[in-house]
Amino acid sequence: MTKDSSIAFVLKEPKEAEPAPIATTGALAWTRENLFSSRLNTALTILSLLFLAWMIPGLVQWTFVDAVWFANSIDECRQLSPGGACWAVITARFDQFMFGFYPEELRWRPVLAFVLLGVALLPVLWDAVPARKQLFFFSAIYPLVAFALLWGDGFIFERVNSSDFGGFLLTMIIGVTGISFSLPIGVLLALGRNSNLPFIKLICVTFIEFIRGVPLITLLFVASTLLNYLLPPGTNFDIILRVLIMVTLFASAYMAEVIRGGLAALSKGQYEAADALGLTYWQSMYLIILPQALKISIPGIVNTFIGLFKDTTLVSVIGLLDPLGIIQPILADSTWNGLVVELYAFVGLVFFVFCFAMSRYSMYLERKLSAGDRH
Amino acid sequence: MSVATYSPEEKFRLGMLWTDSRYRSTTIQIIALFIVMLLGAYLINNIITNLAALGKDFNFSFLFEPAYYDINQRLIEYNSRSPHWMAAVVGILNTLLVAVLGCILATIIGVIAGVLRLSKNFVISRLMSVYIEVVRNIPLLLQILLLYAIFIEVLPRPRASEPMLDGMVVATNRGFYIPSLVLGETGWIVVATFLASLAAIWGFRRWAHKRQEETGQITPVFLISLAIFLVPTTVVFFALGSPISLETPELKGFNYQGGIHLRNSLVALWLALSIYTGAFIAEIVRSGIQAISKGQTEAAYALGLRPNRTMNLVILPQALRVIIPPLISQFLNLTKNSSLAIAVGYMDVTGTLGGITLNQTGREMECVLLLMAFYLTVSLTISAVMNKYNASVKLKER
Amino acid sequence: MKSNILPVALSAAFGLAAMTAASASTLEEVKERGTLNCGVSTGLAGFSQIDDAGDWQGFDVAVCRAVAAAVLDDPSAVQFVPTTGKTRFTALASGEIDMLARNTTWTFSRDADLKFTFIGVNYYDGQGFMVPKELGVESAKELDGATVCIQTGTTTELNLADYFRKNNMSYEPVPIETNTEARQNYLAGACDVYTTDASGLAASRSSFENPADHVILPEIISKEPLGPLVRHGDNEWEDIVRWTLNSLIIAEEKGITAANADEKKAASTAPGADTEIARLLGAEGEYGAMVGLDNEFALRAIKAVGNYGELFSQNLGEDTKIGLARGLNAQWTDGGLLYAPPFR
Repeated sequence: MTKDSSIAFVLKEPKEAEPAPIATTGALAWTRENLFSSRLNTALTILSLLFLAWMIPGLVQWTFVDAVWFANSIDECRQLSPGGACWAVITARFDQFMFGFYPEELRWRPVLAFVLLGVALLPVLWDAVPARKQLFFFSAIYPLVAFALLWGDGFIFERVNSSDFGGFLLTMIIGVTGISFSLPIGVLLALGRNSNLPFIKLICVTFIEFIRGVPLITLLFVASTLLNYLLPPGTNFDIILRVLIMVTLFASAYMAEVIRGGLAALSKGQYEAADALGLTYWQSMYLIILPQALKISIPGIVNTFIGLFKDTTLVSVIGLLDPLGIIQPILADSTWNGLVVELYAFVGLVFFVFCFAMSRYSMYLERKLSAGDRH
Repeated sequence: MSVATYSPEEKFRLGMLWTDSRYRSTTIQIIALFIVMLLGAYLINNIITNLAALGKDFNFSFLFEPAYYDINQRLIEYNSRSPHWMAAVVGILNTLLVAVLGCILATIIGVIAGVLRLSKNFVISRLMSVYIEVVRNIPLLLQILLLYAIFIEVLPRPRASEPMLDGMVVATNRGFYIPSLVLGETGWIVVATFLASLAAIWGFRRWAHKRQEETGQITPVFLISLAIFLVPTTVVFFALGSPISLETPELKGFNYQGGIHLRNSLVALWLALSIYTGAFIAEIVRSGIQAISKGQTEAAYALGLRPNRTMNLVILPQALRVIIPPLISQFLNLTKNSSLAIAVGYMDVTGTLGGITLNQTGREMECVLLLMAFYLTVSLTISAVMNKYNASVKLKER
Repeated sequence: MKSNILPVALSAAFGLAAMTAASASTLEEVKERGTLNCGVSTGLAGFSQIDDAGDWQGFDVAVCRAVAAAVLDDPSAVQFVPTTGKTRFTALASGEIDMLARNTTWTFSRDADLKFTFIGVNYYDGQGFMVPKELGVESAKELDGATVCIQTGTTTELNLADYFRKNNMSYEPVPIETNTEARQNYLAGACDVYTTDASGLAASRSSFENPADHVILPEIISKEPLGPLVRHGDNEWEDIVRWTLNSLIIAEEKGITAANADEKKAASTAPGADTEIARLLGAEGEYGAMVGLDNEFALRAIKAVGNYGELFSQNLGEDTKIGLARGLNAQWTDGGLLYAPPFR
């Protein structure tokens, strides 16, 4: 009975102190939390560490330690270091990778055009730049300046033939032209697709769906084989120009869809408010709708740019000497015959740097703009 | 009370076509129609004049002439005497083959990478983001060429190659050889049994589900399904004296014979497309999962659902609605990108119709038009399916 | 009316003035432009290749230079347009290039259906096979089941299909876009056999590290007369290119070389000299005017690149890495097939 009636158990003496809890901060805790929190996690960690341990030393050895940076032929490379990368081929043909067969004494012109591109981009990318208005004017005339510099105008600058263009110069030309011309065309197409005029809408939808439905390579086939049929007899477009036209059309269709997404994300109230103010269609688009829609679509626009930039490599399939195309004559050259990975790795690295930078820039913009939304 | 005189029938003036908003849209459209027709007429006129100047015509009769060339990978009967349209069909099938294989593998890679990217494991999530960033920022064409070059340079020649897995698989620089199934005389019975048991599993699961709905009793679905899957087929297989056998590749003469030959061009293209598209799918999967608010999980737990049920019944159905539309457009991209096959000599439709046929016949316009029509058909079909799906999963808002 | 306005509008819209009206004859156009646009192969040792200085060299390239020398008095006034098997014909048909000198086989359908004119043959070739010596193959008849690398868009593809079909053998074609890739595949052992024109095989083999490890099989399975070609329809231009090539062939026959051409011309008016030399080198008659050029066009061509024999020995002959014998390409007087019509 006494047992039953005992109400509680009272501790007669103090309990021994528990050991201090395992740290929840610090390196050890972080490791446990992030790397070994469960059996599966531990296994994954060990596997990936093993993978890295297997990959990295060999890769570093091949890329840097055993690599040959200067040599005159593949045989010399192999003699100097049989198991390393032969970067000598890149250093030997560096000029071709950059400029293709652009005349050597005129190469300051593309370099200048590239520097000026930076100037032209400044007001677009950075809003705190001094004298932004004047710089914008320069951005607007930049395409003409670049054209005169690159191809020559026949008066001040000597003419250069399109077939001499190659390497990353060609990539830049196609990429930058496609990007800058596709944006305005894309805006118009997107507006057309959202228009309430059925026929205009039909034209835009047909165009966009057609371009998006076929691979770029077929459009390049059109550029290289069919475009001449569509022009009056006797006119003869330069192949780079034909490619530029098709690439621009291709990018515009994708751009239009991105901007349409931006337009769709705006609330209907914005359109109605603009109408209520008595603005005409173009006024309301220019002052109210597009500034907001473009802002929303910026990440998508940059992604389209990145895609376009990567897609410029396809021109090698129709025989233009872009960085991938210029690899062909190098492979054909018996002094360098047998090198493959080095060439592709170099071209891939350059593309990676450009595209990665662009995608980071788009993330920065996204954060900046969404921060702007909050207040 | 004087009422302001109001004439309902204002006289129509020509200027109103532009100034009056009732008519303006019609005017604009008629002008646009006129411009489009003019442009169309101009282009067609140019085509006709140009063709005439070159002495060419526009017709498709070349499709019925013998192609005179051979295609290495053909899923249907084809030889160099077959007509050009057959070559085009062989190419189309090859395109579809690599597209389907690519979509499957890309989805697997993408889902795994996307989930692991979200893992709390620091090393693994970093590795995955490196994979995603590197692959997404390098041109696909370069990846295809690089992979192909590596296959050619690194893998052994057929004569130097060592068959692996008891002679079942061989990797050479001409491709991979895997065993093929050879049906004996009664082999079809085994196949039929197998198909029948698949149907039985489907029926059984429906029945079990219905029973649970009605009576609340739970049937052990998994074990019974597994039994239906394995037992009848195995029994029939041995009862008929193993009528299905494996044909393994064997080195005969110049090459391995027998088995299935997966050519390097196919494998390089397939892997490169899958790895590339997989990186994009990983990002889609990641953002799909992240799009579901944490409250959903917590609510499901509060209802007493176990974690895997929470995933299956609450999170996935919602995440899939976000994931599937961009996923399908990635599939579409993969299909279009498969046209890069031409760079490694894989004979897809761009390689046959848009490549050799175009070259040998000189019919650029006809070939390119047909080629575009094919890709357009595929794209529009897939978009139509996607629109149907989007409409069916759209949030029903009231 | 509209056909006048729209091209202008279009070109204005693109903001670039790179369109050139090509209604004039090819000759006038080339003269006005100041350069000859000549399509060549993207790279085939001996026929067309880029040296380290970035200059084009080779047997086909020299034909372009000879025409440029004849028409523009400057063998370097050539814009070389690298073409692949796929792009070569469209480049010519579209007017992007004025002539194509890219080891192209003269066939009926190319002549008639593709609307080109072959102006002659600068190299008589035939399709052959090359295999590594270690395979121990001695005849093409032993190639049953082999993997064969071929360049797509060429006649070799069709000949190959015919040959294996005729001999009831099977093979595995590996279609490849360019000669470079084909060579890469062959050297890596991704194919057993490489097939193309025998000259191309020799050229490729010459650039291998160990040429002696590879054999060219004795069978020649096709006739491949390779020659430069121009578009149908401009007969004057056709004649210019044809007779520039013929001049080089006649020059060899008559012993005129790049070095002695001026001397030979001076000597040709002497009594008792060969009057054909006098006509060819422009010392006699008004032959250049008949094709819209001056009388020394052939002299310039020969001085610029040398006669056919010189070209051959510089680019392909036995002293070069490629090491081809004259064979069928010897003068008819030496038992070959080179037989230029008389310059009269």
